[in-house]
Amino acid sequence: MSKYTLKLYIAGRTARTKQAISTLRQICEEELGRTYELAVIDILERPQLAENEKILATPTLVKELPPPLRRVVGDLSNRERLLVGLDLAVSDSPRHESGD
Amino acid sequence: MVEGLKKTPTGIRGFDFIADGGLPQGRTVLVAGSAGSGKTVFATQFLAAGVQVEGENGVFVTFEEHPKDLRRNMVSFGWDIPTLEAEGKWAFVDASPEPAQEVEIIGDYDFGALLARIEHAAHSVGAKRIVLDSIGCVFSHFPNLSRVRYELFRIASALREMNLTAVLTAERTDEYGDIARYGVEEFVADSVVILRNVLEDEKRRRTIEILKLRGTTHRKGEYPFTVIPYEGIIVIPLSAIELKQRSANVRVTSGNPDLDRMCGGGLFRDSIILISGATGTGKTLMVTHFVSGAAASGERCLLLAYEESREQLGRNAIGWGVDFDSLEKQGKLKVVCEYPESASLEDHVIHIKEQIDSFKPTRVAIDSVSALERISTIRGFREFVLAVTSFIKHKEITGLFTATTPTLTGGSSVTETHISSITDTIILLRYVELYGEMRRGVTVLKMRGSPHEKEIRELSIDHTGMHIGAPFRNVAGILAGNPVQIAVAEMERLDQLFTSVGS
Repeated sequence: MSKYTLKLYIAGRTARTKQAISTLRQICEEELGRTYELAVIDILERPQLAENEKILATPTLVKELPPPLRRVVGDLSNRERLLVGLDLAVSDSPRHESGD
Repeated sequence: MVEGLKKTPTGIRGFDFIADGGLPQGRTVLVAGSAGSGKTVFATQFLAAGVQVEGENGVFVTFEEHPKDLRRNMVSFGWDIPTLEAEGKWAFVDASPEPAQEVEIIGDYDFGALLARIEHAAHSVGAKRIVLDSIGCVFSHFPNLSRVRYELFRIASALREMNLTAVLTAERTDEYGDIARYGVEEFVADSVVILRNVLEDEKRRRTIEILKLRGTTHRKGEYPFTVIPYEGIIVIPLSAIELKQRSANVRVTSGNPDLDRMCGGGLFRDSIILISGATGTGKTLMVTHFVSGAAASGERCLLLAYEESREQLGRNAIGWGVDFDSLEKQGKLKVVCEYPESASLEDHVIHIKEQIDSFKPTRVAIDSVSALERISTIRGFREFVLAVTSFIKHKEITGLFTATTPTLTGGSSVTETHISSITDTIILLRYVELYGEMRRGVTVLKMRGSPHEKEIRELSIDHTGMHIGAPFRNVAGILAGNPVQIAVAEMERLDQLFTSVGS
């Protein structure tokens, strides 16, 4: 399994942010084990990064690796849809076949 | 005492006039318009003029076009955005869509990132102005309408807290319907400006209307505007300044002593004279006299011709003993010939103003205004005449307009009907059919602030120009286009009818 590079952009520590971080950590641990790198970037501290990446809404999760690049916006409250969004779904989605 | 709301001049020509000084400082104004109505140009000009004219830096938040495209598209207006960016006077916040990237939305979100980026950009350039173009696009990126509306409301209040004068643009689907789509006006209800691009009689007409400027005054109604290279939007204020003009009692010559006599000693300096007549009655000749009269008394005349070419005009004038070429060489005359269809009426207004500003004439002749009638709607034409007239009067210039009537023997043209109340003096030229012969008649129909002759006199034309002869004594019905000869006996009887009462 190839290594995952994930970036989560947040704007301050809000309830929504915490929800997103914990959901994401949990999924990563369960599905990816040690093969992932997760960076949490607070836009309030580093606005230029958000400008460079053109982040509009928060939280925004960017899956930089493995390709294809994917973006997920929201508090990630739906586990099934997040798995699909990260190409981790075990269901027979066409994305999964090409990514594996 | 509560201090009144300060206004920020936008730097958009004409707009600050109808906005009574500009946009309310530190407030948000919604600029709504249909596709192609000029919203992005307005927004960009608001920022560019802010930097260049008012010394206020700005932030451009783009939801629609990529900054790269904006930089390129706005070069034609003379706005060098890359340089302004390099000088730290302009910053983009790029929120334009990435076509290649699809975004999955899972759960709740807010626009904290966008707000942080806006604040960052505003701080980095020390912005006083900001543009969000166009907020309707955000709704197409994010499907949750009430969430987006709430988030935009948050951004709008943050802008107010930062004391930024903001222009938010929004789409309209209907020129005379709802203010904007998605009900976005609710959170920027302070001020609303509407740009329109209406098709009227197969002609495009751009207008701008300030619907409201909360807490301050503005001028009501739609004003025409035009978009031109190296300038952008120019709003054309109409008659608003018309009544403030001073009127002097200084008289100037019409170039013909007989006509001066008919007008009670000459034309008033800052007045508008309309000469109306059928084709061939001598309108262009009167213009030629006007030009030579101006030159003879050391004045400068600008001749705007929309019917004939420069060569034709020059040849005609020579035929009447006036040399346009030598007058032009002496700097006493400038002839500008243009084809009416070469530009829109609004552009003609701008062009005329530029010509007047650069040549600085004391007289302006337009031959003929009715030629311009055909490229516009009646309303647009009236606005055109108002705009030119008020500008000319403001500069204390004598204006001579000619208008061609549609029928040979008289009647009134659209031009006359719509502009006669704007002009101060009306001189009529008419054909008179007498004993199977066509002769010409001239009369002064009205002249504000001066007595004038009431007779219809005969006008003849030869190689030295025009000559005004005796009044038509025994003819009636000339102006009605139906001259009838009256027998001498009948005239005497009519004379007695009036004199016997008093004696």
